[in-house]
Order: sequence, then structure tokens, then C-alpha cells
Amino acid sequence: MKVRLSIPEPEGLSAGHLACQGCGATLAMRYALKGLGPDTVLVIPACCWTILAGPAPLLSTGVNVVHSPFPCAAAVAAGVRHGLLARGKASTCVVAWAGDGGTFDIGLQALSGAAERGEDILYVCYDNEAYMNTGIQRSGGTPAGAWTMTTPEGSALPKKDLDAIVEAHHPAYLATATPAYAEDMVRKFKKARGLTGFRFIRVLAPCPPGWKYEPEETVRLSRLAVQTGLFPLYEREGGAFRLNVPVAKRRPVTEFLSRQGRFRRLGADGETALQARVDAAWAALPGRT
Amino acid sequence: MPRLDEDPFLTPPILTGGRPMSANKTRDWRSVRPVLHAEKCTGCMLCWKFCPEACVSVQGERPLIHLDWCKGCAICVAECPAGALTLAEEEAP
Repeated sequence: MKVRLSIPEPEGLSAGHLACQGCGATLAMRYALKGLGPDTVLVIPACCWTILAGPAPLLSTGVNVVHSPFPCAAAVAAGVRHGLLARGKASTCVVAWAGDGGTFDIGLQALSGAAERGEDILYVCYDNEAYMNTGIQRSGGTPAGAWTMTTPEGSALPKKDLDAIVEAHHPAYLATATPAYAEDMVRKFKKARGLTGFRFIRVLAPCPPGWKYEPEETVRLSRLAVQTGLFPLYEREGGAFRLNVPVAKRRPVTEFLSRQGRFRRLGADGETALQARVDAAWAALPGRT
Repeated sequence: MPRLDEDPFLTPPILTGGRPMSANKTRDWRSVRPVLHAEKCTGCMLCWKFCPEACVSVQGERPLIHLDWCKGCAICVAECPAGALTLAEEEAP
């Protein structure tokens, strides 16, 4: 007898990849490939996944990967899509798979252009909230108060609201996902695959060395990010906004912050200010259309 | 592709061919390893679901952890609701 599994059993991701112990971005790719299936092409700009995909000819993704320069994952993905269409391969899903540096900062212009043109691609940002691959420098995705190599006293700037920027381009689909909610994530990738037009998914991917926590905490932190209301799981298809995990009783943000070394310098005042910001953002969520 | 040719029934199914990274055994990355106590296991497969290495496979009603690739992150131990997984120290080679 076989047990019933909550997500599909076939693996795209192969063991032996080069990610750190407990890598959230690897879990993200594992679930994404379960939702997307084998008829997929990934376009990966400079980011952790450039390394994790493996040295040629070895490959850890099970689907073809096009490595792109840092600023142009979305442009290269659009080109790959048009090339495949010209060859009559309309069924292949083209996915730009970029980190937060390659999305919030360096890749933003190409992302905006592709979204504006309504290119038929899925853009995924796995957001680990800093330039982790080069040794933890602050990015536009780094939250206020977080330690990085370039913000030793904690970042003074707030996290850029990338979802709102992408939303302003009126994409066909926009969603957030995180590994602790694997079923939700697989469903969103499967759904995005079935749609046409510009689709965008931002995945919160906990990073043990960058966030300064023990590797075993990855799924717990991913779950706490949702349960504290810091990272609401939602999707927006056309004009319809839907909160996927309503969280009846939100946990205090300190439960999420205190488990990570990067917030050690935040202090009580910083935590109170962050809690107030999360409360306000949460209250505004249902009206987000 | 040593994993597919030599050990076809004990490893997670791979969707496509090519040259998977599973040729790269990452067992020497770890300092601790998970140990399954089968009598406590309820077969919920959360360890399979949350493994970032994709090195846990489903064998009937029980998980099988493939120690050739396990890096010892201990997510499976932290997430096991039945307490059926514990950590054991690896000895220096």
C-alpha cells in the first residue's frame, strides 16, 4: 500500500546539487518543478541558482537551463519564448528564475519591459532578501533592520514593495508563495503554467547563512513569516484578489525575528515599529485590488 | 547516472534524462545524520515533503532517507510531528 501524498511524487530536482544545508531556494525549485512539469525551460540570471544548477554537463533541475546576464532574465526569457513559438513549441513553459537582486534591483528594467509588453512568460523571484550568492550584501529586498555585510548596523531602508510595482503592470497572474506551504506553492505554479500572458510569482526563500539561523529552522521560519502576517500568501488573477491563508490569529512578529541573527540589532523599538507596519499592511490587504 | 542505472527502485523518480547532479554524492558535507525509528513513524511523509535535497523517497508507507546525498540539515528531524527522527553524530573519517 502507498500513502497519499499532498504534492506530486515525481522529482525534477535531483539530489547532489550544490546548495547549502537547509536552503529555502532549493525547496522552492523542487516545488516549482513539481507544479511546472518537464516541458519547461528555465532562464537563470546571476544568483545562487546559477551555481545550484550544477557545472555543465551536469544539471540538477531536470529541465533545460539558459544562463542569462544579471540584468536581463525577463528579456532573455521573452526571447526564448518567441524562439520556441517560431519553432512551433507553444506548449513549453518559459520561466525566468531570478533572486531578489536580479529582480528588485538589477533586473527591474527588463522585468518591467517584459511585463509591460505582456510577454508570455512566468517570472519567478525567489526572494532571500539580500545578495546571498556573493556573500550577503543588502538588496532592495532586504527588510528594514536586517544585518547584511553592507549594513552592519541593520538596514535603514525599508523593503521595496515589488509586488505593487509588478501589480501596476496589470499581469495576467501575480502570487506569493513560500516553502512551508508546499501544496499552495505547487498549486500556484501549476495554475500559472496553464495561463497565458505575463505571470509573476514571488517566493520567500529562507537562507540559513544569510539570515543567520540553524538550517533545520528553514521550514519553521517560512511558516512563521506567513503566520505573523509579514509575508501574506495571496494571488491576483486578472482583477480578482484572493488571500490564500487568512491567518485568523496572527503571531507577534518577534517570534519570526528572534530566531534570526540578522535582526539582533533591531531592538525593542524596531520590533514595535515593524509590528505596527505589519498590522497596517495586513489591515489594508482585503482591499488590495 | 549511477543513481538511475544501479539503484532504480530505491531512489526518487526523476522526470527527465540527461546528466543529473546526483552523480555528485554530498554525504561528506554533513556532521550529523537523521535516524528513523520506524516504530514511531506514522507515514505522514512530511520528511519527504520538506527535504531540500530531494533525497527522501517514499517506500510504501515509510520514508527512506538516502544517506549518500543527505547533507544533515535536520529539517526532517525538526518537522517530524511524531518524533520518529533523531540526529546521530557522524564520526570523523
